[in-house]
Amino acid sequence: MRNLDQTTQEVIELATQHFKVTAGTLEPSDDFFKKLGIDSLQALELLSRLENHFGIELPDYEVQGVSDFRTLAERIQSRL
Amino acid sequence: MLDLSQYQSVGAALKDALATFSGETCLIEADRDREKERLTYKEFHDRAHPLARSLQDAGFTAADRASIIMTNQSKWLISAYSIFFAGGVLVPLDYKLTPSEHWQLLKHSGARILITEYPIWRQLSAAPERSAAENVKLVLVTEAPTSADLAGAQRWEEFRSAAEPAFVPRERKDVACIVYSSGTGGRPKGCMMTHENYLEQCVALTSLYPFWPGVRYLSILPTNHAIDFMVGFFGPFTCGACVVHLRTLRPEFVREAFTKYKITYVSLVPLVLKNLQKGLQARFDELPTGKRKMFNFLVRVNKAFTKSKPRLGLSRILLGQVHAAFGGELRAIIVGGAFTEPQTLQFFYDLGIPVANGYGLTEAGTAITVNDLNPFRADTVGKPLPGMEVKIVEPAADGVGEVYVRSKTVMTGYLNEPELTAESFSDGWLKTGDLGRIDWAGHLLLSGRKRNMIVTEEGKNIYPEDIEAVFESLPVKEFCVFAANFIWPKRSMVGEQLILALHLESGQSYSDALHNDIVARNNRLLNYKRVHGVVLLDEDFPRTASLKIKRNILAERLAQLDRTSAILPL
Repeated sequence: MRNLDQTTQEVIELATQHFKVTAGTLEPSDDFFKKLGIDSLQALELLSRLENHFGIELPDYEVQGVSDFRTLAERIQSRL
Repeated sequence: MLDLSQYQSVGAALKDALATFSGETCLIEADRDREKERLTYKEFHDRAHPLARSLQDAGFTAADRASIIMTNQSKWLISAYSIFFAGGVLVPLDYKLTPSEHWQLLKHSGARILITEYPIWRQLSAAPERSAAENVKLVLVTEAPTSADLAGAQRWEEFRSAAEPAFVPRERKDVACIVYSSGTGGRPKGCMMTHENYLEQCVALTSLYPFWPGVRYLSILPTNHAIDFMVGFFGPFTCGACVVHLRTLRPEFVREAFTKYKITYVSLVPLVLKNLQKGLQARFDELPTGKRKMFNFLVRVNKAFTKSKPRLGLSRILLGQVHAAFGGELRAIIVGGAFTEPQTLQFFYDLGIPVANGYGLTEAGTAITVNDLNPFRADTVGKPLPGMEVKIVEPAADGVGEVYVRSKTVMTGYLNEPELTAESFSDGWLKTGDLGRIDWAGHLLLSGRKRNMIVTEEGKNIYPEDIEAVFESLPVKEFCVFAANFIWPKRSMVGEQLILALHLESGQSYSDALHNDIVARNNRLLNYKRVHGVVLLDEDFPRTASLKIKRNILAERLAQLDRTSAILPL
């Protein structure tokens, strides 16, 4: 079973791949909307990818208002 | 369609709709690829009436207020119907607001009852602001797990009484809904919408974009929003049509819903429409050269044949694959909530998918103008709907002035705000605060905003005063938030931004520490509410005798600065 730090790291790695940014540039506390310059729809696309990776379903309400990788990882962790 | 001129209230019309179309399907609810619910109008009746009776047993009566904070789903509409049936006033709130904002609006609205979903209630019940909204006496929560702590709420599913409820009639001039157009900060703006507002709006809209049994509307915009309330509830119900709800709005499930449920209409905000355009364009660009040339040729043929009016049958033959991806039954995409760029509208029209682009604001019902497709024009927001009067006040040489509106769809005023209401009207005309002109063909062209506010591409109205609280106690002499275009007027309806005007203490500099403090506070706001930059002004802000900032005068002073160099980006 992953711990929160591992989950956070995997979330960041997937976001790095999905949005094609340079590896090592994203931090757990980063606001992904701002850092990646993405809108809410693009964030939803990332969520789908995360769901497939972790094998979970994240209801829309669980990620409402979440904008940093760490909190996103916490929501995922609670469903693992 | 029911003859709405015969009805006095939303509740009376909905009650008859359930009886008239009893065997038709009215609701489909899906979660990802699973269909959760499919109800006929008769089954909807059987779900709603026990709830209405329980509301009445709990003392809910004519003109009492009940709020709904839910995502788009069948229980939203069932609850709303029950409230109207019992003669109540509905207060639909945006589920995306924070718990603190929800409680503030619940208190302001005077709602006695709150109907919400368990995940939302979990956050609401834990918020400290709950204690201030003493007016909320009963909370009904849907879909709560068996072992859940309901924190004083009752289960929606169990709040049912077998006895038949008594229908409570209302008059056309009575308030049907209190709809918050904005103002979760200092001054909530609760638009008091009457039964007449909705009845008249429904007649006007369906005259251009009709519903009938068999039509399927995909409900994506939040139902508390004026557009979805009308075209995703009241409109289709009074015509016997069907509303499709999705519990997950991930793009892949939305795409799938079009084909699975053969959607007839959908409403989208400009951001989603643009995203859809980007996706389609990328797919067209990937076509092999030969196929792409053929495709472009067919688009040109379609364009030529649909110049004067849409020809859906022909477009579906010429561009079959595109239409098949949308389920093959799509008649129009309704776009609203914010300004849509003409090239996006034209893109879809050229594919034979008309976009019902219009102009509206919560205060005036759903829509004031809509493109009547006769012919389609991407450069305007259409002509006034039947029954709407639009005039341009104090036009400049180019014809551009403030847009004023008068119609039976305009609200009676803002709840508990007589002064604000008086400021918003002039001789019975609603002052929209938007700038535009009317062209030779009677089409309205928008060109900017007179009000100190912005509208995002996601259709969110942001008023600067609503976000100032986050900057309280900032270590500066004084601050004020503005819409940049309000200070430096721009003939544009897109790319609007907020700025934070700062007056530093004597001898204080704009340090990294201050910058970082502002960034941290800014990040506490939802992403679409954040300010874009800082503007420094080295003079006292003008204030009233009661020490309120005179925003208009301050804006004039800021306007003397050069926009580009004055804004320090965050």
